[in-house]
Amino acid sequence: MAGQVASGSRSGLRSALPLLLPAYLWLTVAIFLPLSAMVFFSFMTELPLSGKAWAFTLENYTTFFSQGLYWTLLLASLRLGLEVTLWCVFIGYPAAYVLAKVLKGRSREAIFLLVILPFWSNGLVRIFSWAMVLREGGILDTALNAVLPFKINIDLMYSYPAVIIGLVHSYVPYMVLTCYLTLQAIDDSLIEAGRSLGASRLQMLRWVIIPLSMPGLVAGAALIFVPVVGSFMEPRILGGRTGTFYGTVIEDQFVAVFNWPLGAALSFILLAVVLVILALASPVLRRAA
Amino acid sequence: MRMPKLTAFLTATAVVTSVFTLAATAAEVHVLNWKGYGADEPWAIAAFEKATGNKVVNDFFNSEQEMLTKLRTNPGLYDVVMINAAFNDQAMAEKLIQPIDVSKIPNYADISPDKAGSPMLARDGKVYGVPWVWGLTALAINEKAFETPPTSITEMWNEAHKGRVVIRDDAVEAVQFGAIATGQDINDIKDMEAVKTKLTSLMPQIKTFWSSENDWNQMVASNQIDIGTYWSGSADRAKTHFKLPVALVIPQEGAVAWLDAFSIPVGSKNVAGAEAFINYMIDPSFYVEWVTKVGAPVSANTKAVAALPEDAFNRKVMGDPDVAKRIQFQAPITDAQREAYLALWQELKVNVK
Repeated sequence: MAGQVASGSRSGLRSALPLLLPAYLWLTVAIFLPLSAMVFFSFMTELPLSGKAWAFTLENYTTFFSQGLYWTLLLASLRLGLEVTLWCVFIGYPAAYVLAKVLKGRSREAIFLLVILPFWSNGLVRIFSWAMVLREGGILDTALNAVLPFKINIDLMYSYPAVIIGLVHSYVPYMVLTCYLTLQAIDDSLIEAGRSLGASRLQMLRWVIIPLSMPGLVAGAALIFVPVVGSFMEPRILGGRTGTFYGTVIEDQFVAVFNWPLGAALSFILLAVVLVILALASPVLRRAA
Repeated sequence: MRMPKLTAFLTATAVVTSVFTLAATAAEVHVLNWKGYGADEPWAIAAFEKATGNKVVNDFFNSEQEMLTKLRTNPGLYDVVMINAAFNDQAMAEKLIQPIDVSKIPNYADISPDKAGSPMLARDGKVYGVPWVWGLTALAINEKAFETPPTSITEMWNEAHKGRVVIRDDAVEAVQFGAIATGQDINDIKDMEAVKTKLTSLMPQIKTFWSSENDWNQMVASNQIDIGTYWSGSADRAKTHFKLPVALVIPQEGAVAWLDAFSIPVGSKNVAGAEAFINYMIDPSFYVEWVTKVGAPVSANTKAVAALPEDAFNRKVMGDPDVAKRIQFQAPITDAQREAYLALWQELKVNVK
């Protein structure tokens, strides 16, 4: 025994094992097993739960390629993911900068609290609150008409912009948090050095701040893009007749027609597409980061 | 996409574990039904438990497919299940439900003969389903938007209501609605292209696809819609219970009718309790209280309907013989048809983007 433990790296692993075990056990039980079950389901003709005879098939995957509508929806969902991510960058990055470099002490804590507040409320409640704000005769419409001298009609509910607004609201805190961490780590003396060498504000941003905070931007973008592409709750509730996306079709397969095999196959195709996109983007991102 | 997969798996495990943990005991009546659909009203359960000594345990489903799966995976757990008559055939063929001895259900004698004699509920002279309530998927209007109520289904296509029309997010319902609009038999759609063309031209009119009663009522309450497909019982509930400006319209072209019935699953451990529960559910006293307190579809029990006030919607409008001529009852649908309908419906929804 003593001889085995002697090797340095192995003893490191051994002592780390009790610390790693809970996390890996949990991942195995909560992620790996259900995912494997779903992989299994996606190759079946019928759900074994249904009590009918089942066999292995590739049909669930070929359905995706034989029907144009899944492609159309997947592209629509990817575009949605891209747009939401961009809005999160435009809104979240400046906020993170102000939090990390401008505000100090109490005021920083207060603003920080406001940023993460959405995390503490239920997602469904947030979406229904937006429904009250965005509809015709809703809070936004009434408030603007009360203030403005002319009559305007704001009815954003059940539209593509409504879906974007709802999703950006849900996901912007990720961008603020990841960017805040990297921005805060930038040494102030670097900024001072840049200034003293005569760099303008824009030059500072372009050559110092953005490159140094790039890891946070990339992490935030990945954290937002992936779930948004598969989102189904926000499009369904806020999108109205334009609210059909790849995620809602998967949800239909699981909930409405109980075709889990097809739903699982569509999910894994989405997973594959997202992984390919991340893989293609990774050289660019790595260079940037 | 992790969320639906995870919830789906959790449902699967819940279904499996419930087999082991929830073994029905004799004095309990396990009821499987939609949530908020009569059988789980607290006052009704209290009255039934007091009268018979059986304890009611409710379980719910969110779709007919889920209901069938729960029956398949939990043999012996449920004593009463509420099945849409169009699905009774499938449940019977899979030997999920057993014949019912109607002589043990006194109120069965008062069920209207056309419902009790529905070929969907009986096989080889044996009764597999006791008709409970029936209703329509027709149109409902926002009374603020109409001087006089429309009479035709074509009102849905009227330019004046552009962007203020709703339809339920359900492939079968949408296709059958299209069949009525094109003058076809909902159970034998010959010209699917006509249905598709008709529904395609409806899409630009649509505000959103509703999925729950609450969606519909909210949109009327905030005056966002003029007209849409709606269930008769829900329209009644919206008017009497929520005091909304809603009126049901049964178009001259017709409407889709459905019949809900109670069955006893194979392996039920408390058949006597199940019979007592079904008898209570079709009893006039329960029905009148349900209509008054909550709002309900039309009872299949003629005496229960007759016990309502003369001008009650479920008696006056739904009992009108002229309405009976126009409506078409939903017949069973094959899996292949269901998938074809879903494909058509998804295509329509995608093309509208």
